[in-house]
Order: sequence, then C-alpha cells, then structure tokens
Amino acid sequence: MAEYRKDPKKNTIAALVSNRSGVLTRISGLFARRGYNIESLSVCATEDPDISRMTIVLIGDEYMLYQMIKQMDKLDDVKKIGCADELDCVYRELLLVKVPATPDVRGQVVEIKEIYKAKVVDLSPDTMVLELTGTPSKLDAFLKVIEPYGIIEMQRTGVTVLARGRHTLKDRDCYNDNI
Amino acid sequence: MKMKGAEILINCLLEQGVDTIFGYPGGTVLDIYDALFRNGKINHILTAHEQGAAHAADGYARVTGKTGVCFATSGPGATNLVTGIATAYMDSVPMVAITGNVGLNFLGRDSFQEIDICGITMPITKHNFIVKDVKDLADTVRKAFYLAGSGRKGPVLIDILKNVQTDECEYTPAEPAHYKPLPVSKEKMTPVAEAIAASRRPIIMAGGGIISSEASPLLKQLCESQDCPAVYTLMGKGCIPDDDRHCLGMIGMHGTVAAAKALMRADTVIALGTRFSDRVALNRDMFAKDKTVIHIDIDNAEIDKNVRSDIHVMGDLHEALETLLPMLGKTNRAEWLDEVNVYKGEEKVKKDTNFLAYKIISTASELAPGDIPVVTDVGQHQMWTAQYFRVNRPRLFCSSGGLGTMGYGMGAAIGACFGSGKPAVLITGDGCFNMNMNELSTAVTQGTPIAILLMDNGVLGMVRQWQKIFYGRRFSQTTLHKKTDYVKFAESFGAKGLRIESEKDVRPVLKEAFGYIAAGKGPVLVDCRISEDENVLPMIKPGMTYDTQLTKMEEN
Repeated sequence: MAEYRKDPKKNTIAALVSNRSGVLTRISGLFARRGYNIESLSVCATEDPDISRMTIVLIGDEYMLYQMIKQMDKLDDVKKIGCADELDCVYRELLLVKVPATPDVRGQVVEIKEIYKAKVVDLSPDTMVLELTGTPSKLDAFLKVIEPYGIIEMQRTGVTVLARGRHTLKDRDCYNDNI
Repeated sequence: MKMKGAEILINCLLEQGVDTIFGYPGGTVLDIYDALFRNGKINHILTAHEQGAAHAADGYARVTGKTGVCFATSGPGATNLVTGIATAYMDSVPMVAITGNVGLNFLGRDSFQEIDICGITMPITKHNFIVKDVKDLADTVRKAFYLAGSGRKGPVLIDILKNVQTDECEYTPAEPAHYKPLPVSKEKMTPVAEAIAASRRPIIMAGGGIISSEASPLLKQLCESQDCPAVYTLMGKGCIPDDDRHCLGMIGMHGTVAAAKALMRADTVIALGTRFSDRVALNRDMFAKDKTVIHIDIDNAEIDKNVRSDIHVMGDLHEALETLLPMLGKTNRAEWLDEVNVYKGEEKVKKDTNFLAYKIISTASELAPGDIPVVTDVGQHQMWTAQYFRVNRPRLFCSSGGLGTMGYGMGAAIGACFGSGKPAVLITGDGCFNMNMNELSTAVTQGTPIAILLMDNGVLGMVRQWQKIFYGRRFSQTTLHKKTDYVKFAESFGAKGLRIESEKDVRPVLKEAFGYIAAGKGPVLVDCRISEDENVLPMIKPGMTYDTQLTKMEEN
C-alpha cells in the first residue's frame, strides 16, 4: 500500500473547462468546500472558443492534490485535468510592479531591471511600472531585490503552464471516459 | 413543430418516460403548470410543501431506479427544495428538480421571489442549469436526465426563466440517451480475482452502489461461489436478502455484533459500491488496517478518500462483477462460514418488556404485506428498522443515510408508494414526524396507502442517547413531551389513527393497520407509545474501532 506524501508543497493543476459563466464559481466553490486554499489561479479562453484553460496552484499534501483533481474531474464543466508537476512543463508568470522612480533611485532600479531582463512599461516623474515574465521563483527573487525601494502596487497573474514536446492536456482521458 | 417553452419542457419529460411529478405551483411556473394541465399525460402529485415534493421524488427514484422529478416555483419554492436535493445528493439518488425563475428582464434585480437557486444548489447537485433562452431548453432537459442517471447518480437542477416558458421555438422530438456503463476489463479485475482467491477469510461490504447498478443477483453469486459472508451498509440494505445465509446484517456504528466480529476476523475486505463514511469506517485510519482492502466504486474520488485500499477498480459494480465472476472458481470456505455463523448465533437482542420498539418493528417486519417499501426517518427508529426489519429485495428500503434528514420519511413514503404502485410502511419517530407531518394531508388526498408506525417516545431519542453517553444525562432540549394526540391528529387529517400502548396491542393493531393499507384505503397512523429510555445497541462510539463495540449502555 503506497502512502501519500504528507509534506505540503506547491502543486500545479491544469484543466480544460467549459467557457461559460458560473464555471469559475463551481470550481472555486469546490476548493472552499473541501477546505483547501487556492494559491493562484489563472484562467482564459483558448483556441477553441467553447473551452477555457485553467492553471491552479494549490499548497497541500498529495492526498489533497489527488482529491481535488478527482473531485474536479467529476464536474461536467471540467473536460480534461492533470497535475502539471508530473510532466516536464514550462511554467510562466507575469508581474507588473509599480515602484518609486524619483531621480535619486531611478538609476538603481533600472540597473536591477536590466539584470532581471524586466521591461519598463510606464514612467512618470516619480514612478515606474516594470513588467517581468518568468518562472514564479524568478519573480519572487526580483521582488525581493526591488522591495527595499518600496512597492507602490503590484499584480501577478498567477502561474500558467504548458507541457514541453508533443504532449497536450487534450490527450488525457478523464472521468467521464471511464464510467 | 413550433411550441412554447413550457410545452417543450412537458414534451421532453415525456421523452424521458416521466409519468409522475411531485411539486407545488407558483408565480414563475404558471406556464409550466398550464402546459402540464393541457397535456394531461403526466400524473402530478401536489404536496403540502416543496420539501415534501423533493423527498417524494427521492422516494420514487429509490424504489424504481428511475429519475425522480419535482417542480417548484422560484424564491421560497426553490429554497424549500434544498434539503430534499441535498438528501438525494448525499445518497446518490437520481433526481431532476425543475424550478421557475423570474424573466430575463427582472433577473438580477432582486425581483419578487427571485433567488439564485443555481448558486445555492451548486454544492448539492451533480450539475445545475439556468435556462435563459428557449432554444437551449430541450437539450438542457435531456442532458439533465442523462447526468442524473449516469455514473454516480445524483440530483440535477434546472432553473427555467419565466420568459423561456412563454417564448416559442422549434421542437424536434428525440430518443432519450440511455446511459450504458462501460464494461470493466478482465485486466483491471485480475488483481481483485487474485486477492479473493488468496484470501482465507474474505468479507463483502456491500453499499448502495450494488443497488444503483442493479448488481444484487451478481452479489449473491459472488457470496455463493466464494463461500463469502457479506455485510451491508445502511444504503446497501436490501442488496443482499436479510434472510440469506451469507448475510450478517448491517455494518457500522449501530451494526450487528456478527458483522463487527466477522469484519475483525476477516483477512480481506471486499468493499463494493460503498464510500467508507464515518458512520461505517468510524476510525478511518484504523479501519481494516491489517487486512487487504479491495475497493470497487463508480466514483474515482471515493477511492482512497476515507480508507486506503490495496486494490481498487473504478467502474460500474454490475459490469465489474460480471467480469469478475467467471474469473473466480468455486472456492470452499466452509470453515469460515461456520465461524461467522457462530457470531450470528451470538447476536442477542435485549428482549425485556421495556424494549417495545423491537417488538413492534420485528412484528411489523413479519406481518407487513410482502415486498412493499419500508421507509424511515432519521434517528433511533431508523437504526432499529435497519436492524430488525428484514428486507429481502433491493429498492425496498428508503432512508436518508448520508444527510440524515429528519422529516424525510413522510414525503419519501408517498413517493415510494407512487413508484412501486404498492402500499408502504413508514417507520418514524415523533421528532421527525413533527417536521413534515403536513404531508399526511397529501397522503390522505391521494389515498396513498401508508402504514405510519410512529415510535412515540416524547423525546429526541438518538440525541438523548448521546446525551446519556457523552453529556452526563443533561437532556438539553431533547424532551418534547408534546400534548399532541396523534390518533386524533390522524383522524382530523382524514387518516385512520390507531395506538399501541403495550406489548399485547402490537400484533392486533399492526394486523389492522396492514389490513387497512393492503385494502388500499389510504394512510393509517399507529401511535406507538414506547419508553423514552430505549437505546440503540450495539453501538461503536464515533472515531473508535470495531473491537470497542458496546452491547450495553455505558453512561458518563
């Protein structure tokens, strides 16, 4: 009898879901009901207008992860689902962050953004909006360095994920294929 | 053919073979009720309250295996269905609940009797729909029935806006898409077959899944070919006859001594269509820890949810057993059967005169007309019925297992009567009966032959029992002592009222009651005056293990 891993870690769930109103409530409600918190969630339409793609990050043990995947799989609106961490995947997240950019610190901020290959997307006399795309850990590292200058406001999109190579989420079978 | 939405709905229900609907009209379903009236092909049972309608649709579904249907108007009508829908959800009962809602013009403006019933029922339905455009109506209804009756069955709600009911659109009849479960491959069943073959003392734990998948005959074959004893969960009652020599009765918190002992002695647990609820597994980490656990269930999410299994197969039980049976040879486990038979013999019931409930329920089991549904409410009487009322066929026992809905019984018994076309026995308590006794008026109006055995002890017996065990006999708010004269109450509703006050009344009064329902004369209520201090035993305390089963009361 294999035991579930008990230590909590970040798990990434990817799902193809119906693109209609109420689906997000249905899924987020499922998490709340089972007492699990969503760390991040990103969702948007796909090449198929009837289908949205969702990436959900959940902090929890293996039991929690598999329960959530199985419970989501049963929803009529969830078409395909899988745990991204089981595959070789590309993870990306986008960050927008507004920092002070008065002449005395502007040069230093620009130096940091150069190292991280972030972009300046807005500049006002005393503020600057930076854009950075990368893995969540790269974003974390960047924020740590930029934080001493003071973060006026920021927004992260939450992680998005695609498998490398030919593998797609569409290839997976799902609960309804098995009953 | 062009039709109004309300007519399309009725036609779609007819497509699905719906013959009976339980419901209650109101402002936003007037068009549906008008179409129902003009169509005239569907029998509509008007209940006293929407909750009764939902429970009736549930009872109807449990006894027939078909999808139960209920109607309610928007707002309070819809919210009154909620307990009934949740009851069906927890027990995987196929149901389609149809509610009206305000027109699109009024939606989202907190209009009169407007409620977001889809939002409310999201966690208690398999799926729900709000229909805003008449063009989507027919396919939504078809899909709702398919979802309700496929895989792990359950309730589906359709909220139909008022404008959809009056708008017109083209209707094209369609054949219902019947769900046919996928076969379960030999490959998947091989580890199961091997584990059973290797087992010396296997035990089958059969749940409601056996009933939902109509797998009872196969279960019987499995017991016989493997010389394997079987226990059932509350939801599984009837899936194996209580009179079958392999059957050890119910497992769980108030299960039999034989079931608990056999379970402890077994080396392999074959769990079929059951979800190891906390009332069955009790201590989920310790349950069957030293045994090989085989779990077969249609719901993948139930695998390893509560109790870890060594071997699991996801699939329909009927299909799984059909594949499994030819893979197993005939195995002789006479010694094991002899051993469990000893446990069966040890099953002792306290038969002192105070324990009148036992006398009433076991005598009812003996005297009730054959093969009629027995329905319970929730509490002590429910457990006594599960223990002492012998049910020998699937789909004859209706009880709210998962949600434990007090007040379930009266509506469910009405639904069970209409579904089975037979009289029914309802065993209830005075606490439960007081919750939905209004439905007695429905039974009278409809002439529904139900023998209501009201276990009247003047207290909330099960809660009181827990107060005795865990709360030092502080009977906080569990003493009812209502002044209601239930015989007069029944008579005032137009039903027959009878009373059992002591043991000598049991046989003659039950005979009279069953004679009354067998003659189809309508409902009869028997006020059974039992002691407030009768307890449900055996008992295993919550979270404890099977070796701690109590056979006598232990109070704190």
